[in-house]
Amino acid sequence: MIPATLNGYLFLSVALFAIGLLGVLIRRNTLVVFMCLELMLVASTLALVAFSRFNGTMDGNVFVFFILTVAAAEVAVGLALIVALFRKRQTIQIDELNTLKH
Amino acid sequence: MSDLLFNVFAVFTLATAAGVVLNRNAVNAALCLMLSLVGVAGLFVGLEAYLLAFLVLLVYAGAIVALFLFIVMLLDTRGDPRPTLHKLPILARILAIGLVAAGVASFLTRGQLPSPDPASVPALGGTLKLYAYQLFTTYLLPVQVLGFLLLIAMLGVIVLSKKFEGLEDIK
Repeated sequence: MIPATLNGYLFLSVALFAIGLLGVLIRRNTLVVFMCLELMLVASTLALVAFSRFNGTMDGNVFVFFILTVAAAEVAVGLALIVALFRKRQTIQIDELNTLKH
Repeated sequence: MSDLLFNVFAVFTLATAAGVVLNRNAVNAALCLMLSLVGVAGLFVGLEAYLLAFLVLLVYAGAIVALFLFIVMLLDTRGDPRPTLHKLPILARILAIGLVAAGVASFLTRGQLPSPDPASVPALGGTLKLYAYQLFTTYLLPVQVLGFLLLIAMLGVIVLSKKFEGLEDIK
């Protein structure tokens, strides 16, 4: 059993970030890639809150506020982009969205 | 007790996060994401950041996942093909495995930060007053900038999702 120390929380945060990154790399559905991006953002907030708690400061907690706000705006814009893309191309699979590649 | 809760929530969060990555159905992935965020909120409670735990539940698990589910239903995509890894050249595989192993090894041997006893450090994240004080003094400018960012995001979403007809001459 891992004790709930700063190292434990940081290790968990790194693991969560790595899982999110893995999802961004291997998934082919744009929506799921976007969900994995959110997972990575949440992992970073976990590290911030842990640092704040174990150092007795407020700055990390306040930063999580800002990250939450930016994430909400990002999701709104990103999903609007995906819907616009689907309207234009009738697909959201990454493999088929390769116009810029050629 | 807090160690036990930490481990339970950590395993729950990681397992459901793996569910987001491995689930081939986008709806199931979104529901797994919601469970994972609930686990993160539990961890925030363990860190005595009660307000942030509540906000994560409200904003992430409530609003954002609901938005994701809504868009998944709207777009009606088929299930994903199984994720494949066989396109990687053998050299890239060896390099990746080596890098991950080196990262984990360095984390386990060298990456140990001094961790004070939580009881000896004041849990500032539990008091709402301190958030308000910080947001209205030290971080007042970022708050204003964020408000402007939200306005821009709102305008951007409107422009992206609205069909402008009869305005081709303006473009």
